[in-house]
Order: sequence, then structure tokens, then C-alpha cells
Amino acid sequence: MSTRHSAVPAPLLALDNISLSFKGVTAVAGISFSVAPGEICALIGPNGAGKSSLLNVINGVYQAQEGRIHFAGQVQRRMRPHDAAQRGIARTFQNIALFKGMTVLDNVLTGRNLKRRSSWLEQALRVGRVAAEDDLQREAAERVIAFLQIQPWRDAIVGTLPYGLQKRVELARALAAEPTLLLLDEPMAGMNAEEKAQMSRFIVDINREFGTTVVLIEHDIGVVMGISHHVVVLDYGRKIGDGPPDQVRQNPDVIAAYLGTRH
Amino acid sequence: MLYNEAGQFSTRYAQDRRVFRLRQDRHALLALLLFAFVAVPYLGNDYWFSAILIPFLVLSLAGLGLNLLTGYAGQLSLGSAAFMAVGAFATYNFELRVPGLPLLLSLALGGVCAALTALLFGLPSLRIKGFYLLVSTLAAQFFVQWALTKFSWFSNDSASGVISAPPLQLMGVDFSSPAGRYLFTLGVVVVLFWLGKNLVRSELGRNWMAVRDMDTAAAVIGIPLLKTKLLAFAISGFFLGIAGALWAFTYLGTVEPHGFDLNRSFQVLFIIIIGGLGSLLGNFLGAAFIVLFPILLSNLAGLLPAGLIDAGQVENLQKMVFGALIILFLIKEPEGLARLWQRFRERARRWPLRY
Repeated sequence: MSTRHSAVPAPLLALDNISLSFKGVTAVAGISFSVAPGEICALIGPNGAGKSSLLNVINGVYQAQEGRIHFAGQVQRRMRPHDAAQRGIARTFQNIALFKGMTVLDNVLTGRNLKRRSSWLEQALRVGRVAAEDDLQREAAERVIAFLQIQPWRDAIVGTLPYGLQKRVELARALAAEPTLLLLDEPMAGMNAEEKAQMSRFIVDINREFGTTVVLIEHDIGVVMGISHHVVVLDYGRKIGDGPPDQVRQNPDVIAAYLGTRH
Repeated sequence: MLYNEAGQFSTRYAQDRRVFRLRQDRHALLALLLFAFVAVPYLGNDYWFSAILIPFLVLSLAGLGLNLLTGYAGQLSLGSAAFMAVGAFATYNFELRVPGLPLLLSLALGGVCAALTALLFGLPSLRIKGFYLLVSTLAAQFFVQWALTKFSWFSNDSASGVISAPPLQLMGVDFSSPAGRYLFTLGVVVVLFWLGKNLVRSELGRNWMAVRDMDTAAAVIGIPLLKTKLLAFAISGFFLGIAGALWAFTYLGTVEPHGFDLNRSFQVLFIIIIGGLGSLLGNFLGAAFIVLFPILLSNLAGLLPAGLIDAGQVENLQKMVFGALIILFLIKEPEGLARLWQRFRERARRWPLRY
């Protein structure tokens, strides 16, 4: 992480005054923050603070009414899910969004669908580069499967796996796309302490080994303070804190939002 | 030890990717193909070819067409018979109006016409899902039947819209005997199932299943929903179109638009529900059930003492028993006959151990 401290690099992702509302209900109000390349950034805040909405804006599931998104040197008014995927943004969902009828391997391979070059017709007729490409896709998928230690369940139908494993398979599918930015929406929700520790280790390993920038939403403050380099705190759709974990922990507004204050 | 897989390891991804990873399965398939191509033409009689085997094969192919769309891509459709009709009438017209066009080419072109029609009626799938989509594909069913009856050009101005089969000749070899029609159908069906298997195992097949299981997630990982859904409609239409042409030319010989009515669409839907959604084997099992069961029932009725029930009652009784069986089936095995086979296979692999 030394490069991050030696100079101020251009941010990989910067949100500029993003506002999002649903039929008059404001979900996100004028939020700006930036994420440096290679860092783990945590979005925290009470329920309904607008964290998931913000992730949805970043990868184009929702379109913000106001504001701009800077990503990898380009400025955009809005993202589209397909563009976001193509430009290297992958994500997991709060409520697991796996393809339940498919095997673990197929889910992971689907994560790599943008890496395919051969057309569907070539694949239907199995001509030319298809077999070689199949091998390459499979090798890459196997690397991810090994990295997240889900080899024993490779051929299992995802819908039959326990919750904690499904969370890991979803991470595998996102990682298979070789993203530059990984958005994780509550990757540890509903896990016990042991599973949380394991998942935290995976996230830190992904960040270190592949240099993947991570933006994650998490409620467990212990985990957040332990693994993130940068914490952004939201409350009622507004940003109330932004900085290194230790600094955010001292912020009176953050303490108020989490513990409540006397009015 | 019927199904011993000990010692059969995949050492390369290509081996692991094979459709039939086990040697026993590959040998069984080879034996089955040899039996179907070589032995059956000698063993079978005209009744078996014309009344059982050809409709069984054609309906399996139609099942495959709908299964790609509904079982794999998760888009409901009740327009199967419409796309079959387009395939049949388009093939007929290609044969009629382009002299010297090889039969297989006009079959393929007929399939392409059906694919384009399916593509058109698949457009609403971008906006609507489930039962609402079902209703919009129903529009295809009524529209195609109406258009083929209304515009007599399609049936070459024949009085009742009836078209008859062009000569079934392939490179000078005549296929118009019952055994020949069977072989022709079998050849086409085998090639198209090979193509279908490749498709569902390809990236497109996985994208279809992804769209079926969770379309938001599919969009987020970069699967183009529009292209994926429309390709499902088009490819499904292609398979159904060829099935329709075979239905008209190798099974019936003559066909009118009314032969491809809503009942046929339901029949194809039942095939994939009974056989198993999202299974290629299920199409064969479902089609066998649909073709063989009525025959079995009427044979059973023939065993009853004469005069106990008349022919009309037998027919009604058949429908009732058939309907009751489908309901029973959906309750007992919602995943279809293919799932039964899968369970049997699992057990055979462990046999004689219990687990």
C-alpha cells in the first residue's frame, strides 16, 4: 500500500454530487467521494442511509438524477450495467443473486462471459478457436475457484448450497470477470464470526494479490475498521464522514448517527 | 457394477467437457445410434414408422425448440405451433418457387423464416415477463394461422389451404417410403440435437440460464439481455420451424394451417413439462409419452369386452386419463421424466451399494 501514501494518485472512482430519488423520496442527496486505486473503501451507515442505492448508481442499476461519475479517467452522467461490466466493475448483491439452477462452475464461467471472443454460431458448430477458448476460460475459472477454496462444490447446483458458500460463489463469479473495481454489498451479512473472518481474509487477499479496488458495504464495524483503508459514512442519504478508519471513529457526527444524541 | 466409473479420470479440460464423460455412456449412445440408423429400418414395419417413430422424432425436435426458449432461457411461449407452421409453409414455398433448391437447404431456409417470425413475436419479451408474455406469444399463434388461411399465395392458391409434401429426394436418393421418411427425419433430428446440445453448453446457453434464473444479475455481469432473449426466440423458432416442416412433409404428407393450431402448441408445451424443462433428454421422453400413451390407452380399451363402451367414450376417457396423469405427474415429479432418469442413473452408479 506504500504507493498510496507516497503520492496522491488520481482516484479510480469519484462520485461527484450524486443525487437519487424515487418519486420524491430522496435516497441519496448530493454525495461526493472518491476511491483511490488499490484501496478498500467501506460504505457504512444505518439502515436506509442510501448505501445500496449508491452502489446501484455506480454500476448503473439505478440512474442518478444529478451528479457525475468519474471512473478510470472518464466522466459520465450515468452508467449502464452493461457498460459498467465492460469497463471492469463487478459486484455482489445483498440478497444473493446467483443463477440458482446452474452449477458453481457454470456460475463462475458466466462471470467471464465478456472475455469470450468467439460468436455463438462458432460455439454451436464448435469450429475454430472454440475449444482452445473453452480451455482458457476453464483455467481462469479454476484459478478463481481455487483462490476462494470452493473446489469441492465445483459441480454442485448453486441453489442446493448453504448460505455462506453461496456468498462465496457470488464473490467468485464477480472475481472471475477480473474486475478493476469490485463492489460488495454486505458480503458478510448473516454470517457467524468464523465465516466473517474467512470472508474478510478473502477480501483482503483479493485486494493485495490482484490489486483490485474494493468498495464494500458492511455493518460489522469491527470488520470495517479492520480491513478498510478508507471509510465513508452515510446517514439519511447524506455523507457525514469520510476518511481513514481511525479518523472516522472519532467523528462526532458519526458517533451521533450510530449511537444517537440528545436533541 | 453396472456403471463403474472407477479409473475414468479427466486429465484435460477437454475430457471433462465431453457431453458423455463416462465410457459406458458413450458406448451406449453409439449403440443407440447404430440401432436407430441400421437396425430399426430392417426391424420396423410401416405402421411403426408412420404412426409412432416419425411423430415421436418430430415432436422431440419441436420439444427441443420450445425447451431452448422456455426451459433454458425462461421465456414462456404458446406460439410453438405458429412457428412450426411458418417453417412448414416456408419450406413448401421454397421448394415450389425455387426450382432445383436442395431439400435440406429449403428446410434450413424454412427454419430461418420461422426464426425471423419468432424474433418478431419475441420483441415484447424485452418489456414483459411470465404470463403476460405468454399472452403475447398467443398472438403469434392466431396471427400466423389467420395469415396462412387468408392469403392463398402461401398455399399456392389451393382450395382449402392444404399443401402437400414435395418429393423427398436427397442427392438423387428417394426417401418417400416409410423407412426412408423415418431415416430422413432421424438424420435431421440427430444433427439438430447435436447443435442444440452445443448451444446449451456454450456461452449463449449459460447466458440463457442466467437470464432465466436472475436477469438483473445477468445484466450486471455484462450479459446483453436484449440480444440473449431475442436469440433465444430466433433459435427456438429455427428448431420449431424445421420440426414443422418435418411434421408436414415426413409425417403427414399434406397439411393445412389448421393442423398447427393452439392444441399443437399445448402439445409441445406438455412435452417439455412432462419430459423436463431444461433437459435435452426430456424432449425425447416427453414426446415418447405423448405419442405412445394414447396408443397404449386405446389398446387397453380394445381389451375391454366389446360393447361395454363405444368408441366416442373411449376417446373422451383417453383425454380424461391423460389429463389426470399430467396433473399427477406435475405433483409427483415437477422436474419431469428426465429427473427420474437422472435419479435412476445416480443409483446405478452406486449399485449395489445404497450410498
